[in-house]
Amino acid sequence: MSAHDSHGPGHDHDHEHDHGHDHDHGAGGGGHPPGHRHPHQPDIEDRPPTHYMLMTQAVGDLLIAKGIVTADELRRTLESIDATSPAAGARLVARAWLDPAFKGRMLADVNAAAAELGIDAGGIPIRAVENTPALHNLIVCTLCSCYPRLLIGLPPDWYKARAYRSRAIREPRAVLREFGTSIPDAVELRVHDSTADLRYMVLPMRPAGSESMGEGELASLVTRDSMIGVSVPRVA
Amino acid sequence: MAEARRKPTHLHRHHDMGGLAAGPVARDEHDYAPWEKRVDAILRLMADPARKIMTVDELRRGIEELGPGVYDELTYYERWIASITNILIEKGVIGVDELGRAMAKAEAEWSAAAALGPDACAVPR
Amino acid sequence: MERRRRARAGRVRGAPVIKRAPPAVDRGRSFAPGDAVRVREAYPPGHVRTPFFIRGKVGVVESHAGRHRNPEELAYGRPGDPKLSLYRVRFRQGDIWPDYAGPAQDTAVVDIYEHWLDPAEAS
Repeated sequence: MSAHDSHGPGHDHDHEHDHGHDHDHGAGGGGHPPGHRHPHQPDIEDRPPTHYMLMTQAVGDLLIAKGIVTADELRRTLESIDATSPAAGARLVARAWLDPAFKGRMLADVNAAAAELGIDAGGIPIRAVENTPALHNLIVCTLCSCYPRLLIGLPPDWYKARAYRSRAIREPRAVLREFGTSIPDAVELRVHDSTADLRYMVLPMRPAGSESMGEGELASLVTRDSMIGVSVPRVA
Repeated sequence: MAEARRKPTHLHRHHDMGGLAAGPVARDEHDYAPWEKRVDAILRLMADPARKIMTVDELRRGIEELGPGVYDELTYYERWIASITNILIEKGVIGVDELGRAMAKAEAEWSAAAALGPDACAVPR
Repeated sequence: MERRRRARAGRVRGAPVIKRAPPAVDRGRSFAPGDAVRVREAYPPGHVRTPFFIRGKVGVVESHAGRHRNPEELAYGRPGDPKLSLYRVRFRQGDIWPDYAGPAQDTAVVDIYEHWLDPAEAS
């Protein structure tokens, strides 16, 4: 919460959820190349609807029939969910790498920095935590699945699942090794448990070999996983 | 007295799992199905400033109160729609009887569409 | 006997006006960055945002993270007033988990509401 979840000062509880997931992981896929799409899932898509699928259909139908939402509002909301992806977060990171003043503003207020780039990060305060040669940051939500959805899309399954939520806080280095990420013992590993009313994204370090790259090319190095902290950007 | 001597580990709720033992992180991912996005969209609309019918905090409380068995048995968005639906019923936004009828109607529409062939499915899944 | 019980039930039915249960008290902004704090070792059964594993642990306030409507109230459909201060509190992993396997400098930062924190001596 998710799930989730909102409640900035004076703000409403919609924001964590206005954000979606793009099937095309674009710049942010967890190890997938840009443009990668997951395969058709016949087991899910071709079976009769489950109890909860029918519940979902019925609740939406009733809300529309009662005039509480319109079919158009529901459609537009689904479109906005489809429109979000890790590409937004990647743009922020690439700009921060190139523009120290922007980085300063981003570390002070991600939502405002995103607005500078025309990105709506919603009303939940998002904090960027910066990796340095002495510090590596990792994000988890042990209580649910809090995640900066507007900047990174809907969370991956593992982020919401028991193994990651249980272990990332207690044995983060072992979890990182499962993702192929090794953090030297001399580096402080800092885990952020995002359980309350803030959301977190990692501002990764600009990788060696990217010195001549422009903003778009840099953004393509910034994966979703590197903004959660389970991986680091690399020049291929 | 047995209650008083219980270890605190018996008192924390099932969703509160930081630090518990667990196996390797399963890194398979799936694309969100249309019905899962519909759940997300419903929650967003219920919580938006124009409606303020429920909060994300209520969603979370409702998920936690599904209890350990159901929490583990259901998928992520199944937990969400179960919680959302309970809360909407509690608040009187929807009724149990009309919900049951609407689900039966949705199922009938799916069956009718399935009989017509794969391109005519009426239920977003 | 039956009549007496009915009479009592009748009296109970109309009489008590149930006042809203008090939410957590707003203590303003008690802590500053660098202050040592101990997370209350409490186990209320309802919706809370303080993870189990951090209760009773001593950490250091990293920053004040604004004042927010109380999620422990919002979760039950109540207004969430008064707003409460939220802090980002940093803990040494070795202080949370006696058997922590990583180096001593590893840390965890948890967001914790004011009413879950007491002053502590730095450990």
